Amino acid sequence: MADAPFGLLAELTHRCPLRCGYCSNPVELAGRADELDTGQWRAVFDQARALGVLQVHLSGGEPLARKDLPALVGHASGLGCYVNLVTSGLGLTADRLAELEGVDHVQLSVQDADAAGANLIAGVKAFEHKLKAADVIRDAGLPLTVNVVLHRLNLDHVGEIIALAARMGADRLELANTQYYGWALRNRAALLPTREQLARAGEVVAAAKARSSMEIVYVIADYHEAHPKPCMHGWGARQLTVAPNGDVLPCPAAGVIEGLGIENVKDRALADIWHSSPAFNAFRGFDWMKEPCRTCARRELDFGGCRCQAFQLTGDASATDPVCSLSPHRGAVDLILAGAPAAVEHRAVVR
Amino acid sequence: MTALSAVPRLRRGVKTAYDETRDSHVVLFPEGVLVLNETAAAVVGLCDGRTSVEGIAHRLAEDFDGVRADDVAELVTRLVARRVVDVDG
Repeated sequence: MADAPFGLLAELTHRCPLRCGYCSNPVELAGRADELDTGQWRAVFDQARALGVLQVHLSGGEPLARKDLPALVGHASGLGCYVNLVTSGLGLTADRLAELEGVDHVQLSVQDADAAGANLIAGVKAFEHKLKAADVIRDAGLPLTVNVVLHRLNLDHVGEIIALAARMGADRLELANTQYYGWALRNRAALLPTREQLARAGEVVAAAKARSSMEIVYVIADYHEAHPKPCMHGWGARQLTVAPNGDVLPCPAAGVIEGLGIENVKDRALADIWHSSPAFNAFRGFDWMKEPCRTCARRELDFGGCRCQAFQLTGDASATDPVCSLSPHRGAVDLILAGAPAAVEHRAVVR
Repeated sequence: MTALSAVPRLRRGVKTAYDETRDSHVVLFPEGVLVLNETAAAVVGLCDGRTSVEGIAHRLAEDFDGVRADDVAELVTRLVARRVVDVDG
């Protein structure tokens, strides 16, 4: 039997005031009518806690778009879970935050170091709202993580972004190079940085890490690496995602893998899905692996990389992640890297 | 390594809890969970911003055999590295 999960990513809604071209939400966004209601989310949290979940990440889309967010925060907190609010900050006033009693930590997204760049990638004028939201979070005494997705358009500003996060009073700063799923995959040609950009940014980040009192987490750009990321620390190992419509996923992107057999909390108990659904068991452990992963010493480190990326780039979800230099499909990634840049297309508005 | 006179305290946003599912004390913090053994849970419980590493070792010695202040200091060093505790002094 699989170990119990530690974390639940609750994607409460796909509705969002931002239209970021790097959004990891699926291209087919769920509308408001598809969303689980308050009682259904409460039941998800009850079942998740009973299964062993200790951290609930309330995300989206924008979780503040849910009018019942205070009730959902209170319920998850009341179960003893650590409640992490993942927000754009739009609509996060002092009054609104005061209603969200039980939030333990806030992750606030920032798109770039200045208003012009940030608003360009977000597709709306959001920058000033985020500075105010950071003040509100800090005034409430809550720990703040600033989340920044890095790509071709902002990677050269990473030093200024780090300085901005420090001014905002962040305890932690997550600098994550774009991972190509959902809208980000669609916009890949616009978002892929050059190798030179990555090298310069890597140096700036390393220097900042050495002197900053903030915890700086840097997520590498895997297309440019020789080995894949240890995606989710193994499939169905530590965390599960519940999508706005109640679909239960081993990772937020897993909906792209055809024929996975994804089940829904409206049809089956969460513990049954975690332990015995075909989707969660498909890539657990090592038996599903093909060569070169099957006999590779690195399989314990990277678990063969990302299943969704393998499916997206090779059509076979059990293939070695093609970013790996040992993959027979690595040439496909190199071809993508050699491609010409394009303009960003913003994600769709969903109601 | 953390000095024996250093005074550890839990960082902002860090919570401790008992998890019935795993029959273990746990530390919850942004983006992480630590599952603690009995001694580690006792140390974390004494990271109160008032008790020094040496003081924690003395308190633990009342309940556990063979507690060494150096072992407590090493555990506190690991907790600092995970950003679970801060030390003063």
